[in-house]
Amino acid sequence: MHGPPPEQLLKAKDYKSDVKPIWCAGCGHFAVLSAITKALAHLSLPPEQVALVSGIGCSSRLPAYTHVYGFHGIHGRALPIATGLKVARPDLTVLVTGGDGDGFSIGGNHFMHACRRNLDLTYIVMDNEVYGMTKGQASPTTDPGWEQSRLTPHGTGLPSFNPAAIALAAGAGFIARGFSGDPTSLTDLLIQGIQYPGFSFIHVLSPCVTYHPEQKAWKKTVHEQSQSTTADPVVAAQRIQQSDRMATGLIFKAISQVQQQQHPSKNISLEQISRQFVTHT
Amino acid sequence: MASPALKTTHPGCAQSIVCDGNEAAAWAVALSRPDLVAVYPITPQSSLVEYVSQFIADGKIQAELMNVEGEHSVLSALHGAALAGGRTYTATCGPGLAFMFEPYWRTPGMRLPIVASLVTRDGITPQCVWGGQQDAMTMKETGWIQIYCETVQEVLDTTIMAYRIAEHHDVMLPVNICHDGNYLSYGVTQVDVPEQAAVDDYLGEKDVNWHVALDPLRPMAVDPLTGGAGGIGPSKFVAYRKSLCDGMQNALGVIEQAHQDWADIFGREFAPLVEEYRLDDADYALVTIGSMTGAAKDAVDSAREKGEKVGLIKIKTFRPFPIEAMTRALSKVRAVGVVDRSVHYGWNCGPLYQEVLSCLYRTGKTISARPFIGGLAGADLTEAHFAKAIQATATMWADETTIDSPIWLNEND
Ligand SMILES: Cc1ncc(C[n+]2csc(CCOP(=O)(O)OP(=O)(O)O)c2C)c(N)n1
Ligand code: SF4
Repeated sequence: MHGPPPEQLLKAKDYKSDVKPIWCAGCGHFAVLSAITKALAHLSLPPEQVALVSGIGCSSRLPAYTHVYGFHGIHGRALPIATGLKVARPDLTVLVTGGDGDGFSIGGNHFMHACRRNLDLTYIVMDNEVYGMTKGQASPTTDPGWEQSRLTPHGTGLPSFNPAAIALAAGAGFIARGFSGDPTSLTDLLIQGIQYPGFSFIHVLSPCVTYHPEQKAWKKTVHEQSQSTTADPVVAAQRIQQSDRMATGLIFKAISQVQQQQHPSKNISLEQISRQFVTHT
Repeated sequence: MASPALKTTHPGCAQSIVCDGNEAAAWAVALSRPDLVAVYPITPQSSLVEYVSQFIADGKIQAELMNVEGEHSVLSALHGAALAGGRTYTATCGPGLAFMFEPYWRTPGMRLPIVASLVTRDGITPQCVWGGQQDAMTMKETGWIQIYCETVQEVLDTTIMAYRIAEHHDVMLPVNICHDGNYLSYGVTQVDVPEQAAVDDYLGEKDVNWHVALDPLRPMAVDPLTGGAGGIGPSKFVAYRKSLCDGMQNALGVIEQAHQDWADIFGREFAPLVEEYRLDDADYALVTIGSMTGAAKDAVDSAREKGEKVGLIKIKTFRPFPIEAMTRALSKVRAVGVVDRSVHYGWNCGPLYQEVLSCLYRTGKTISARPFIGGLAGADLTEAHFAKAIQATATMWADETTIDSPIWLNEND
């Protein structure tokens, strides 16, 4: 076991694994990994009390790079897996990560139902408007005129999906947008999302420098939202529709009505857990 | 970008190019003039559909390409298009095929002549993105025709033939052309590309929804409720099943004819069902499937040089299973070693081995047999692996024994 016991102050590096990420140099996902570990350290969550569930994609490799419980699931199915986990172990802090392809394309249906079910999950989507892992095809958030994909050389011609709008319409109580190029604010949003007692959706603009190199310009175009957070869904809807989708911050935070009855925390010690992993020879 | 042309060679061929199996399949699709291609990318299929998309974008073919939100929708979209009379295509593998399963196993029952390449990939878990035939083999009981290719040229030619087979009125079934992920998807060789006019003649007029259609001029109930509980009774359900079985059996002759006509027009011959290689005077043989066969043939040649009387039986059409052709081949030898690239759980062998055993019953004699499993998750199957399989089979032949436990060819790699 590496990392200090829970009562001691934990550092971000205590949540990182020894596995070296195989992301491309400059990939936005690095900063998201780092922000997640910083948020966990800030909250001093014992690693064995945190689970990180992902789907399939470059972004979904993230659990392997952390030192918390991780599961690299099925493409598009991270949310159902996390839902099952949270229902069985409500005492765990469950984070869910993935990409725009994983979450909005093949797993789009689950996104809506997870918002609606409002379990205490934190869903972090690294949106690079492309399927990075399969080498650069258009996703539901791709600009309709983007012509760099070999699969859609004349663009998709389809309006892009607005994740915050869908989350709001489906009933999510916490909706934020972050940017991998601003890891400090992202860490702050993650902390708030994890603390929020219901389904929190954190849409992270995270560039794919290999298949969407134009996104390097996000450094200039991403900006902080001008208004403060609202708890009114009608106001939130209006702002989401009017925004250029590049505005970061906590957009909407409802007074949460969590559907899940919280079981009393099991409070299992690290020692008790490690005993479950003893191999008998 | 599609590969540049080299030179014209065979009759009926427009040009010769150097390309990989995915590009070869894309050329075949383009020449077959589909109306709708629907896709969701997955390794190692992605470049195949990107080539198709490029052909469409360049105006080389008039087709719609749908980049949809997952494989379940891919095949569902093709159902709609096929019912409306369109010629359709997709390609997938591994987890994508698994996610496609619900519409996949309805396709044969609806008798939709959809053609789909399976760029075969091993199954997860554990995580793996490499070649293997577990995906296709898992689907063998669904009623799709399954044809496995050995070479890049065979991928190109057979993918065109697939439309002829699928749309034959005595068949009307979906066809999977399986080409090994990695070995064939990315293996580059020179191939001949047929002429468009010759392919048009070969495929003939498209007529794919004469039997079942979404067509206001011919209103009909597609996929009626049968069986008990308010349906029209068991007889209808049985009629559906029986006719599907008949279509499958009819396909054997149609596949042979499709290959014969292909050879006549384009000058390239492939054994349609089962290929016999150096078998006539053989004492024993290997049985293979797909691209592994090249290395296996080399191993057979080397063993022959050393005086071993070994032959090879390659299966190309796996569904419908060519029982007669396989039985004929098996009856020539007194021992077989069957090499699978997938696992048949519950029988502790590979699926091909299990089906070979069924044919052995029909030969009327008991001969030695042993399963080999190799090439899982992209593992290499080299001449040395086949030399090992030949040796083990030779021993069995000499001892007249059958050992049912498999030899895992890459166990120590
Ligand atoms: C059922 C299924 N279909 C297709 C794939 C292939 N695949 C793997 S990841 C991926 C998309 C990844 O894109 P995204 O989720 O946006 O993540 P990124 O790689 O961009 O971080 C696809 C299509 C798969 N693994 N499973
Ligand atoms: S392909 Fe794109 S998303 Fe994937 S690691 Fe590289 S930069 Fe990141």
